[in-house]
Amino acid sequence: MSGTKGLTSWLTTTDHKRIGLLYFWTAFVFFLIGGLEALIIRAQLARPGNTVVSAETFNQLFTMHGTTMIFLALMPLSAAFFNYIVPLQIGARDVAFPRLNAFSYWAFVLGGLFLNASWLLPNHPVPDAGWFGYANLTSREFSPGPNIDFWLLGLQILGVASLAAGFNFIVTILNLRAPGMKMMRLPVFSWMTLVTSFLIITAFPVVTVALVLLMFDRFFGTHFYLASAGGDPVLWQHLFWIFGHPEVYILILPAMGIISEVLPTFARKPLFGYTVVVYSGVLIGFMGWGVWSHHMFSVGLGPIADSVFSGTTMLIAVPTGVKIFNWLATLWGGQIRATSALHFAVGFIALFTIGGLSGVMHASPPADLQQTDTYFVVAHIHYVLFGGTVFGLFAGMYYWWPKMTGRLLGERLGKLHFWLMFVGMNLAFFPMHFIGLLGMPRRIYTYAPELGVAKLNLVSTVGAFLIGVSILVFLFNAWRTRKRGKVAGNDPWGGATLEWTIPSPPPPHNFDVIPTVASRLPRWSMTQLKAIPEGAELEKPHAPAGSWWPLVAACGLPVLALAPLTHTLWVAFLGAAILITGIYRWAFEPFEV
Amino acid sequence: MPPHRRRRWLTLLPLVLAGCGGPFPQSALHPESDYARSLDALFHGIFWWAVLVFVLVESLLLFILLRYRQRAGAATPKPTHGHTVLEIAWTLAPALILVFIAVPTMRTIFATQQPPAFDALKIEVIGHQWWWEYRYPAAGIVTANELHVPVGRPVALEISTADVIHSFWAPGLGGKRDLIPGHVNHITFTAESIGTFTGQCAEFCGESHANMRLRVAVESDSAFRAWLAGQGGLGRPAATGSVEEKGRDAFRRYGCIACHTVTGVSAGIIGPNLTHVGSRTTIAAGVLPNTAEGLARWIGDPPGVKPGAKMPKLPVAPADLSALVAYLQSLK
Amino acid sequence: MAHAAAAHHTSLGLDSRKMAFWAFIGSECLLFASLISTYLIYKGRSLVGPYPHDILNIPFTSISTFDLLMSSLMMVLALAAVQRGDLKWAKVWLFLTALLGIFFLAGQVYEFTSFVHEGLTLQRNLFGASFFVLTGTHGAHVTVGVIWILTLWSRALRGKLGKANALTVEICGLYWHFVDVVWIVIFTVVYLIQ
Repeated sequence: MSGTKGLTSWLTTTDHKRIGLLYFWTAFVFFLIGGLEALIIRAQLARPGNTVVSAETFNQLFTMHGTTMIFLALMPLSAAFFNYIVPLQIGARDVAFPRLNAFSYWAFVLGGLFLNASWLLPNHPVPDAGWFGYANLTSREFSPGPNIDFWLLGLQILGVASLAAGFNFIVTILNLRAPGMKMMRLPVFSWMTLVTSFLIITAFPVVTVALVLLMFDRFFGTHFYLASAGGDPVLWQHLFWIFGHPEVYILILPAMGIISEVLPTFARKPLFGYTVVVYSGVLIGFMGWGVWSHHMFSVGLGPIADSVFSGTTMLIAVPTGVKIFNWLATLWGGQIRATSALHFAVGFIALFTIGGLSGVMHASPPADLQQTDTYFVVAHIHYVLFGGTVFGLFAGMYYWWPKMTGRLLGERLGKLHFWLMFVGMNLAFFPMHFIGLLGMPRRIYTYAPELGVAKLNLVSTVGAFLIGVSILVFLFNAWRTRKRGKVAGNDPWGGATLEWTIPSPPPPHNFDVIPTVASRLPRWSMTQLKAIPEGAELEKPHAPAGSWWPLVAACGLPVLALAPLTHTLWVAFLGAAILITGIYRWAFEPFEV
Repeated sequence: MPPHRRRRWLTLLPLVLAGCGGPFPQSALHPESDYARSLDALFHGIFWWAVLVFVLVESLLLFILLRYRQRAGAATPKPTHGHTVLEIAWTLAPALILVFIAVPTMRTIFATQQPPAFDALKIEVIGHQWWWEYRYPAAGIVTANELHVPVGRPVALEISTADVIHSFWAPGLGGKRDLIPGHVNHITFTAESIGTFTGQCAEFCGESHANMRLRVAVESDSAFRAWLAGQGGLGRPAATGSVEEKGRDAFRRYGCIACHTVTGVSAGIIGPNLTHVGSRTTIAAGVLPNTAEGLARWIGDPPGVKPGAKMPKLPVAPADLSALVAYLQSLK
Repeated sequence: MAHAAAAHHTSLGLDSRKMAFWAFIGSECLLFASLISTYLIYKGRSLVGPYPHDILNIPFTSISTFDLLMSSLMMVLALAAVQRGDLKWAKVWLFLTALLGIFFLAGQVYEFTSFVHEGLTLQRNLFGASFFVLTGTHGAHVTVGVIWILTLWSRALRGKLGKANALTVEICGLYWHFVDVVWIVIFTVVYLIQ
């Protein structure tokens, strides 16, 4: 059934490399959609009083831009690398639960489609209360249509996908390492994947509860977020941000992991302070749980709460800053090869630093009261998420493209992409610091010309479109590389970690022989890689089997979600039946990893 | 252009652009109250630390990129795995800087969240989708969208909402505070100079969130008293036979009385109090000027001006429209 | 069931499925912690009754708590039977576990319907909302557990639950004990500490 060709082989695949590619392409399409939404937003804001889109459409656009970029683009792009690269880095043949892996992917696709299906319905009832959907605007009273229902149901489907992936990668990294691959020999990217996975499995249940309570308010007449019955809309904010802050670390840690691989390779020096980089990542994971109310400094929690969360937020800047110095020290004294991947990794350092500094400004509640909910914070989030995560992900793309496809992306086009994106990003987002301080709040579809921010907004719009052009350059590069890219051998870069010991792309079973590892940098200490003993029997590599049941089970989720959306109970039973059938057949089918 | 020069331009460009233009009536960088000034002082402190770190890190990065570029034929670099003293230093230094930021932060938090002075002017701010209701309990006044306060006297805003979460933000006078159902929040400030400060809602509150603007008029004590006195009492009665009287009748006929209060004429509480609407400089929460054209545009098509507005678009005959406008303008 | 993960050597020496399940339980702890926190935050904030002291029946719920505890004991015995290859007793103990689980669910249904008759609904007040969502989520977990146990029991009936399957029974047992522990917490927080 699995085979290697044809639609069926892709629909039933449980091979982590194929699933990684599926995540990549799907997430990139959503990235383009989210980018298009951003461009329309920027077109609307280029001039005051503009009429590119209506108020309602604008509100839908910024809601979907945020939701899409976070849940459908950035997280799954990271997941693409978790899937493809982590098993290779730890010396495994696949993840611990290949079918669960497939299930995660299909649930992600279906959740993304469910969310975006709202664009296609008459009057497009697209979610329109922002990506963090504050109560009580999201109540049935103030959002009567199905917009918010699409949002809360779609996110719950996506939550299931993320949770399943989280469990899978925790077990994979802890349990499937090659002999000798001790935890403190793990590549940093795999370490950050582990921390991210722990954050996912602990943070997503909280937002699930938040969404379920909202669902009960909207469908079953409860008053969890409604003051009229003694409830409190601030409960939503607490539950959401207890999830939301760990979520931003879920978004940044993988990118930090990527550049912790890219910098040493192209500086030809090991990562400076590996232990500290790893521990600071773990520490950030833990400390990230203690800062959530810094998103709520304007709520009026009181001086003590404000002070505590201000303190914890400033504290978390320390392990974050330490990483920057470790990366600089890695480059120091190196022989830096200015490949495209390195450009993006360096860009990450430069831009994330700026985002981190504006973050420290936000950490002070009184100062933050002039910054929060304005374009200043929009600047901050884009410096860390675009300058940080997106640049980090592109570094990963240029770095691992040869491993995943067997061909190298063009370097000249890569550098063009970098410079266009770097300039575009700074033009788009640096002015926003000023725009915010000059009094423009966020999430407004238009602004008064008297504010005096029209010129800056225009500059920002130009920058945004420049980013768009840079993406086109990347797409052209990727397309051209398919046939005309330089063929990559096992190790085009001189990398230090295990993925560079096998062909590009790897065979289905990854390693002919599972290596025994004796160092953190197995490729750079070749003499430490134990040689295959004479006469040893090579393990018979077998292609991973495929299965339909993860896809079937995943299909049960959007059907279940349709029930409240259409107010029909039998649809819920149908969805549950599909889900349960899928799970049962999956549980009882004979499946060899 | 070499990378480092390009980067400098990028930073200067928006500063230059920001310099071109202005005044910036909604700027947070021109504080005009004690509250705003304490926030501004804190911000500037943090800002310069940030500039220091920025310059240090970015120039270090640039130096490294230029100095350690790959050279042909160079040996494999010496691996360095760590350097304890350096690592302790670069952990402690940021932590120390953060202490220098944290201490004034905590001080300012407590200083700005003190209960107001007992003689502060108390004003209740109630947010609606998408306008601001203001009540001056001591004077028994209810008005909307344009706040008047005396200069040099502490003002205590008690803020709450009638529907969803909003946020009151007049940047020149201080930071923002959310209006949350079931909560009463506080903003306390003493304005330091006479003038008009604009602001707007700063928490997404629905379709016309962008159109929920506010103005604060800081006035001399005497001007403020005069304004306050003028806001009391009945809506100015219309002379018999005048166009204002026709407007008042239209005001009744079209059902405006159901949503609006004009003391002596109607008692609706769904929309803003219009008893002295003629004394305001803008209408529709700062979105239109309070002129005949502005009023006509608003009354003629409220959802066209403010998408989602609860005030309906009624088929108002042109004669009635000009009468209504005249009537409202007369309500000074 | 997939045997593959068990057959391979693992880095920590723990079966992958068991490790995954512990991670899942960790995740579920946060799910229930969020629901319990919501309950606690809203305790005493209902604007109208019925209030907890009006309506909660501690003696009755103590019995259903005891029932659930006993079902955990049955589960322990079932696992021991499977581990020693004793199919006959495995069937007995698995069946009793499921039966006690069903009794618990029946008790919950009875309790909920009587609350509704006394005026406590989801919509009535914050107590109703937070109570029913919390205990309902727990009840849904118990239901899934019962279905799982009955599935194992039906495999046992067909002679397909030998020593080699002990791990799957152990994992089911982990789930069942977890659900029981959550109930102890709920019982304490909601019923006993008012």
